[in-house]
Amino acid sequence: MKGLTVKEDSGVLSAYISCELDHHVAKSIREAIDAELIIKKPATLRIDFSAVDFMDSSGIGLIIGRADKAAALGGTVEICGLSPRLRRLVRMSGVEKLKNLKIT
Amino acid sequence: MKRIINEMKLRLPAISTNESVCRSVISAFCAELDPTASEIGDIRLAVSEAVTNCIVHAYRHLPPDEHGLIYISVRLYSGREVSIEISDNGCGIEDLDEAMRPMFTTGREGERCGMGFLVMENFTDSLKVKSRVGKGTTVLMRKFLKPDAEG
Repeated sequence: MKGLTVKEDSGVLSAYISCELDHHVAKSIREAIDAELIIKKPATLRIDFSAVDFMDSSGIGLIIGRADKAAALGGTVEICGLSPRLRRLVRMSGVEKLKNLKIT
Repeated sequence: MKRIINEMKLRLPAISTNESVCRSVISAFCAELDPTASEIGDIRLAVSEAVTNCIVHAYRHLPPDEHGLIYISVRLYSGREVSIEISDNGCGIEDLDEAMRPMFTTGREGERCGMGFLVMENFTDSLKVKSRVGKGTTVLMRKFLKPDAEG
């Protein structure tokens, strides 16, 4: 789908988001990630934000939601490619306290 | 005395496609003051949160085929101040203190994380929220841009 590429490689499901991540697009992005997550049940879901040049708190909702889904399937979530602004937003949200979430 | 340099009013339906429209239009309007990329990023983020609140919460009592309106007023002042007022005629907020508490949300099933007001507060210089149940909510945000390099 537009704005999202999902690939699997040796137990890691990588979701590469390349669009502005707001409430309008978050729903379709998360549904597309979940569809793959449920089929592949990877040990790690890696969400790459390096091509996200805008994200609001809808992106935080998306991260929390995927961490919950992955936890239910016994997996972990790794988020990477955060710009300084996204990092600030992530830090404000406190998501780093989630047990199965890693920020790299 | 600060004076108004430029002023803009927008009225749009509260539908989610307008989240990016509002961000783009308002940031383009502010370009006259030559803000930094970081300042524009702050404004885009705060606007997105306020507009999303109107879309997700204000008109949730309306049937799905009906939508309310978002009213936006942006002013650029001398002294490099931007004021952005975003209002709706929606359901209003019953308990404003509770709504403004970080991570409080009534939209959990839609994966809302309850950070809207926290973000608006953190990425602007002033945030005022007024709300009346059954009448609507108004958010007023102000951003003071860094002094111009050329003075």
